[in-house]
Amino acid sequence: MARIIAGMGTSHTPAIGAAVDNGKADQPYWRPLFAGYEPAKRWMAETKPDVVIMVYNDHVNAFDFKVIPTFAIGCAEEFPIADEGWGARPVPPVKGHPEFAAHLVQSLVLDEFDMTIVNEMQIDHGFTVPMTLAFGHPAQWPVRAIPLAVNVIQYPAPTGHRCYMLGKAIRTAVESWHEDLKVVIFGTGGMSHQIQGPRAGLVNSEFDMAFLDGLTRDPERLARIPPLEYLRDAGAEAIELVMWLVMRGALGERVKEVSRFYHVPASSTAVGNIILESQS
Amino acid sequence: MAENKPREPAHKEAYEDIPGTWVFDAQRARQGYRLNEFLYSLMKAENRKAFLGNEPEYTLKFKMTPEQREAVLGRQWNRLLELGGVSYALAKLAFTDGKSYQWMASRMTGMTEQEYVDMMTKGGRSPDGWRSRSERSQAQRAGQTSAAGGTSPSNGPERN
Repeated sequence: MARIIAGMGTSHTPAIGAAVDNGKADQPYWRPLFAGYEPAKRWMAETKPDVVIMVYNDHVNAFDFKVIPTFAIGCAEEFPIADEGWGARPVPPVKGHPEFAAHLVQSLVLDEFDMTIVNEMQIDHGFTVPMTLAFGHPAQWPVRAIPLAVNVIQYPAPTGHRCYMLGKAIRTAVESWHEDLKVVIFGTGGMSHQIQGPRAGLVNSEFDMAFLDGLTRDPERLARIPPLEYLRDAGAEAIELVMWLVMRGALGERVKEVSRFYHVPASSTAVGNIILESQS
Repeated sequence: MAENKPREPAHKEAYEDIPGTWVFDAQRARQGYRLNEFLYSLMKAENRKAFLGNEPEYTLKFKMTPEQREAVLGRQWNRLLELGGVSYALAKLAFTDGKSYQWMASRMTGMTEQEYVDMMTKGGRSPDGWRSRSERSQAQRAGQTSAAGGTSPSNGPERN
């Protein structure tokens, strides 16, 4: 049986990827951030997951505005890296797990989550930056990964509660797959940030701390945060945090927090990272 | 809430009450569709080259409004947001110019990039005084002039 053993929440700021790719990770601006991710990286290296479910959002790269799926699952063999406008990141393409992904679709749709099926897609920094933070920059990624893309670009994004319930349905789906797989689910994006308009640069560390605490102690409360509260209190792009609730929903009721890191800034973003092991 | 008065849908009112922000909802997306289509085209190196080679000619290939085209050629970042551009697509225009998200964000705030970086390394812009239009007006009346408190205009399509 496949099992979701843990979840990782992490920001996916593109500048983090660019810092690694351009050899700037040792510069004073970036050093504290990469040092802060060491425990997460070590945990990944020790735990050696077989499959990652990457809950992330596309940033107008895989999807233009012709079609905007609220929830989409990538069912391809392999996911190439997108050229977002400055050339593709020099990281290897990600190997998928098409059979497992098809099973997830089957289970989720019958569980009343109407997923969009994507058989060919490129992945952008929303996906590759968390991979870099978790696994460094190997010649080949040590895991297979299934993209689960959430629309958080065009409002309204799905609600936190809907995302949390989707996470629960993902747990059920994973546990009904025959292969023995250790699965780690990522919730990415956030934390507080705004990258548009005169209010750009907004950071609300109090909000972020309460969010990190709530993931461990009271996810039901987080799932009830109204969409507008993210926008108003934590910045227009903080709505990405609903993707962390997909991750949390997939871990079952009880979790153990094994690492946490918070840092301001990476470019315009407050960066957060947490690893929660499922205890259920 | 008065239910009988004709008014904007509640969500729209709430979006517009957030100062210094253009929420990219379905109506704004509809308005910006052709603009974003142009921006999306800049994902390809050959298109970036063609655009930089002759910007007016390249933009004419897309059915943007004259206002949108003018804002593209003038790199009027906030105006582009107002006209339905989405920040992630606008970033492709900044990348095409060899600039970063951070640079683009600094232009939207009216700061220099260095001022913006300094604000961020000091912990970013506090949400205090920026949660709603009324909070913003109060903050401005109170004469907050620090970068984090907001030297930039609270709203409206100021050009840069």
